[in-house]
Amino acid sequence: MREQKTYLDKMKKLLKDQTLIFILVGLCLVVYSVSPVFLTPRNLINVLIQISINALIATGMTFVIISGGIDLSVGSVAALCGIVVTAVILPYTEISTTMVVVVIVLLSIVVGSIIGSLNGYAISRLRVPAFVATLATMNIARGLAYVYTQSRSIYGLPDTFSWIGQGYLGFVPVIVLIVVLVLTAAHIILSQTVFGRHVYAVGSNEDVAKLCGINVANVKMRVYIISGILSAFAGACLASRLITGQPTAATGYELNAIAAVALGVGGMEGGKGGIGKTIQGILIIGVINNGLNLMKVSSYWQIIAMGVIILAALIIGQYNKEN
Amino acid sequence: MEKKPIIELKDISKAFPGVQALDNVSLSFNSGEIHALIGENGAGKSTLIKIMGGVYQRDSGEIVFDGAQTEIEDVTHAQDMGISVIHQELSLIPDLTVMENLCLGIEPRFGISPFIDKKTMYTHALEIMEPLGLEINPKVIIRDLKTADKQMVEIARSVSRNASLVIMDEPTSSLSSREVETLFEIIRKLKKNNVGVIYVSHILSEVLSISDRITVLRDGSLIRTLNTKEADEKLLVKSMVGREIKDYFNKKEKEIGDVILEVQNLTREPYFSNVSFDLRQGEILGISGLVGAGRTEIIRGIFGADELDSGEVFLNGEKIDVPSSRKAIGLGIGFVPEDRKLEGLMLEASVRHNVSLPSLKARAKRGFLNHKWEYDASSEFIKKLRIVTPSQTTPTKTLSGGNQQKIVVAKWFAANSNILLLDEPTRGIDVNAKSEMYTLMNNYVKNGGSIIMVSSDLPEILGMADRIVVIRQGQVSGILDRKDATEEKIMTFASTIKNKKREVMP
Repeated sequence: MREQKTYLDKMKKLLKDQTLIFILVGLCLVVYSVSPVFLTPRNLINVLIQISINALIATGMTFVIISGGIDLSVGSVAALCGIVVTAVILPYTEISTTMVVVVIVLLSIVVGSIIGSLNGYAISRLRVPAFVATLATMNIARGLAYVYTQSRSIYGLPDTFSWIGQGYLGFVPVIVLIVVLVLTAAHIILSQTVFGRHVYAVGSNEDVAKLCGINVANVKMRVYIISGILSAFAGACLASRLITGQPTAATGYELNAIAAVALGVGGMEGGKGGIGKTIQGILIIGVINNGLNLMKVSSYWQIIAMGVIILAALIIGQYNKEN
Repeated sequence: MEKKPIIELKDISKAFPGVQALDNVSLSFNSGEIHALIGENGAGKSTLIKIMGGVYQRDSGEIVFDGAQTEIEDVTHAQDMGISVIHQELSLIPDLTVMENLCLGIEPRFGISPFIDKKTMYTHALEIMEPLGLEINPKVIIRDLKTADKQMVEIARSVSRNASLVIMDEPTSSLSSREVETLFEIIRKLKKNNVGVIYVSHILSEVLSISDRITVLRDGSLIRTLNTKEADEKLLVKSMVGREIKDYFNKKEKEIGDVILEVQNLTREPYFSNVSFDLRQGEILGISGLVGAGRTEIIRGIFGADELDSGEVFLNGEKIDVPSSRKAIGLGIGFVPEDRKLEGLMLEASVRHNVSLPSLKARAKRGFLNHKWEYDASSEFIKKLRIVTPSQTTPTKTLSGGNQQKIVVAKWFAANSNILLLDEPTRGIDVNAKSEMYTLMNNYVKNGGSIIMVSSDLPEILGMADRIVVIRQGQVSGILDRKDATEEKIMTFASTIKNKKREVMP
């Protein structure tokens, strides 16, 4: 009798701690029952490709949100970097794949670091609230993308440019491989390094962190630079997938990334969460999108459905927290 | 006026998972009476208050209010009945004015228009404050008031809404001694107006001076209710802990070594200026003075938490240029701040992560966390400091105040600090935890550590400190040796004589 009870308790606790995984599995089953195509390898790889850009941005956002901040500039930074990369590569018709990769990585680091340090400086040294500071750089970056292109898309890029976004290594898409690498690295940084722990400490209680000798300003600076670089890189990958540089690219992506992280953690307060949770958030959003596509739901309705489902997941998270 | 029971509690019980918070408690509170409720943390005081305030529902028992049996359904219901609970966290809206807060929800308007009649509001606010003798400008924004005045406004508001029972939960924890006096005057006025007051406090001297009756709770049971006239501090402590604590401080004579830390002419305007003193090895140096004299700011300055205007800090004869917290920690200095919830702990984080935080960098291997050290250090200090916690991974917010405080100390033990700066180390923790904290401090200095302790509790300073630095208005006004120090002497050094303002010591 008693054992049964503890077994039930254990199940309850598991259900509470791993709500998202149950939601995810449930979603998969629902989608599969409506459209069996869902579980074909081809479609699953398709899902992974679809979520890859959001995954890169959300990884940076995870650092920012754990540190107690927010970064609204990520979508614009992605667009700006897409423009910069395509503009640089456009003149070289005979460029090798290796060179494309080198250019993309270097330019992502440059563009991401510039905007990221602007954010970090304003937030950590000038004490501008993160929401406002990144709202400003969001407009600046997007504006720069429009000004440079005169709001026209950049195309006619060499074929080699598409390798990152469209290429395969064996049966695995290159972009999926990149996402796996980035997520792994981010997970190791957050869970195994001193810097990672400091990010959590700053998000938990900034005053405590300061009094324990942590350079809070430095931690914040680095967090926004990481977010900047990853979103710049995501923008370059997006441009590579579309083989165009578009100033309107990645519009609203900041909200998808924030939604993924917030879903994973069950809220926005700092000091909590991690890459594992973020992955769950990203996958849920990915499966919903894919499922609605398979069910041929119109894209306008998809937007509404997405909002409703995110809200529901957060309400469950809040319920768990209070009980 | 005649005293009659406002609220009678009969056989009230309340259990939470794993604890019997209240066990058949029967008690009545009278109008026109100040009734103190005391007990260690976890004795059941808060639960009792919350049941009366409508926050919790009792498991069994009866509540008789104003002669009739009642159910207190929720907080609003309690307020409608005339029960007002004044918490440490005030419920005023900081960006509104005093009068807007006083009239919140009952704003006078011009007829049926949506526009507020500010003139009427102003006079109404004055009418509310007048019987309590409050002289606060109704047009001042709450944020700009002193804590004490905010509390007065809150009290005035609840009384103006016909509160017949005012419950105060640790009302003096953030007040200076002079402000405490003002609060007491208000409480006495409430009593005169036949309001019943329930006064919950850890500070026995206050309880003895303000209350008419005292009820002691321990482990969820009512131990005794007695008239204040018949009580003294010793008796109360004994009832609270269930045994007599003989030598509370347990101070032992010991060798004091050479000067280890010296500060010269520390200045940070407007908080303190030209502060000089030294700390010897194996010594507990007490810093005493009135609240607001600059004591906290001084030790924060030594630790490098705030930037100094000028002055020097020497450690073992060597000057620390531009003190910063990082540098201080590296040199073996630890700081336990006054407010452990705001500045001492990451409340959502685990015991382990809190204990290891200042040492992570020093223990790391090429930037990677040393998990083994982290685990070992946490289990070592949980054992050594007798921290009661289900596990290393338990979030610290779920632990009691005493255990939380030990965790803040443990992180500096884990960091191998040999100088500890303690700001009010026993504030808000119960008698047993206090006694353990004192033992901890004594053992620490016996093993070669040194301590600077800021404390507002005079018996604590006299009982623990080897020397006492008294601060008055940001300056050192005297340094006393343990054998010469008395409460009167400290008081004389601490209070301002020339200043016309009257200062009262605790």
